Amino acid sequence: MTNEAHPAIEAVFRIERARLIGGLARLVRDVGLAEELAQDALLAALAEWPRSGVPRNPGAWLAATARRRAIDGFRRSRMLARRHAELGLMLEAESTAGAEAIENAMDDDIGDELLGLIFAACHPLLSPEARAALTLRLIGGLTTEEIARAFLAHEPTIAQRIVRAKRTLGEASLSFAVPRGAERKARLASVLEVLYLVFNEGYAATAGEDLTRPALCAEAQRLGRILAALLPEEPEVHGLLALMEIQASRLAARTGPDGALIPITEQKRGRWDRLLIRRGLVALARAETLGGAEGPYALQAAVAACHARARRAEETDWPRIAALYDRLGEVMPSPVVELNRAVAHSMAFGPEAGLRLIDALETVPALRSYAPLPAARGDFLFRCGRLAEARAAFERAATLTRNGRERAFLLRRAAACG
Amino acid sequence: MRVMVMVKATEDSEAGLLPSTEMLEAMGRFNEELVQAGIMLAGEGLKPSSRGKRVAFDGPGRTIIDGPFTETRELVAGFWLWEVKDMAEALEWVKRCPNPMPGPSEIEIRPLYEMSDFGAALTPELAEREERLRERTAGR
Repeated sequence: MTNEAHPAIEAVFRIERARLIGGLARLVRDVGLAEELAQDALLAALAEWPRSGVPRNPGAWLAATARRRAIDGFRRSRMLARRHAELGLMLEAESTAGAEAIENAMDDDIGDELLGLIFAACHPLLSPEARAALTLRLIGGLTTEEIARAFLAHEPTIAQRIVRAKRTLGEASLSFAVPRGAERKARLASVLEVLYLVFNEGYAATAGEDLTRPALCAEAQRLGRILAALLPEEPEVHGLLALMEIQASRLAARTGPDGALIPITEQKRGRWDRLLIRRGLVALARAETLGGAEGPYALQAAVAACHARARRAEETDWPRIAALYDRLGEVMPSPVVELNRAVAHSMAFGPEAGLRLIDALETVPALRSYAPLPAARGDFLFRCGRLAEARAAFERAATLTRNGRERAFLLRRAAACG
Repeated sequence: MRVMVMVKATEDSEAGLLPSTEMLEAMGRFNEELVQAGIMLAGEGLKPSSRGKRVAFDGPGRTIIDGPFTETRELVAGFWLWEVKDMAEALEWVKRCPNPMPGPSEIEIRPLYEMSDFGAALTPELAEREERLRERTAGR
């Protein structure tokens, strides 16, 4: 075989990698070592498969190779004598039953191994940034360089973050089991938070010149779909997936040819991705059927669905969106939700209603340098005909944003106030 | 990228032969893997072409042709829409698919066009019209 085999081998590895690392992490209880063993198995495959051909069950081949290396490693360093006994048994089982037994064992809990790894990477012991980086690395298979580019961070910073995160997890000696019962609820919240953080980093790039980094959105969506398949009974998983699918349906319409942000009411709705909208609405219905209509993600998805269902901006059901934000403000109180609630009320009941709600937010410390606050105020004032005040608000918003495209948009709005 | 993965028809599928329980199980497992990998966007099976119609175009002329259609191997019996990183990944997944038919069969992978692929041929005016059309047809 020629080099043409390499894309095929890399494709196999992309498909198998996370599951492989998950299984190995359970064996060696160390996610860093698990990743190294998986990498070694890939190198072995790259050396062997071009000669022998890709095996019929490449996942089992990789798993068996990596496990053998794990066991060899433990034999050489006799440091972990306690575990040595356990591994000895496993080795015996392997030599008698062969790769097929391992393959069957792996197939039994494919989902569990992957899920255990997702829960570990999103462990509350780690900061949200570390969780996101580790999740993209271990489950998404992104390189350190790709993650650094995605978060506009320096590569050594991300590398350091990942190393520390792995060490923290290693010291905690996790079992890499899937948490059950009450613990799962808390741990799941942490997983969902990470996925949404990754999605948002792609959707609303907080800094730099590009407003969206679609690849990051796509990865978060893929992870959300995986999670929904692995935890089909968890309503908020479907709620988050619905939110991401519907928001992503607008990616092509959110920016103009010059890269500038286009507000939802002015987007060309023909460019919205109907397939993603349909998938999002199905996921939302699933969340609601499971009794999760009041979950924070499901409520946000319901808002997104209101926009998705409106064929033209004028058909948007703003009173319903305002009611959903009222509910969201109770379930998940936050200044940002209040701000969105003010915007929804301004659309449903007029700019004065928006101004009344937004006044209370002016003194909230968390929003002191939050560009969307003066931007919304500027919009309400503009619609009230209070142009001079509107202009000042837009200009203030422009000084606060870190995003170049958004600044240009705000300055255009300021200029439009005359 | 998005790909359409088409299961080509065979004489069996054209005869309306339904898949065996075994096949349904194997295909169900494969579909589950696709869902768990987060790549499956949609997928459906099609009834035989004897239940289909064609409209032939010739200038202003429109002629309706009733199925079944003869070129069995060129017909489609079912399809998926997948979101994959590249063609190599799509190929790897297709290789893992159980043979969808009792006899020899083929599966074809075709990448979807995106707006950006049309280049200069899609003038801004045409793009605009396409979008207006989509807006009108987008209702639920």
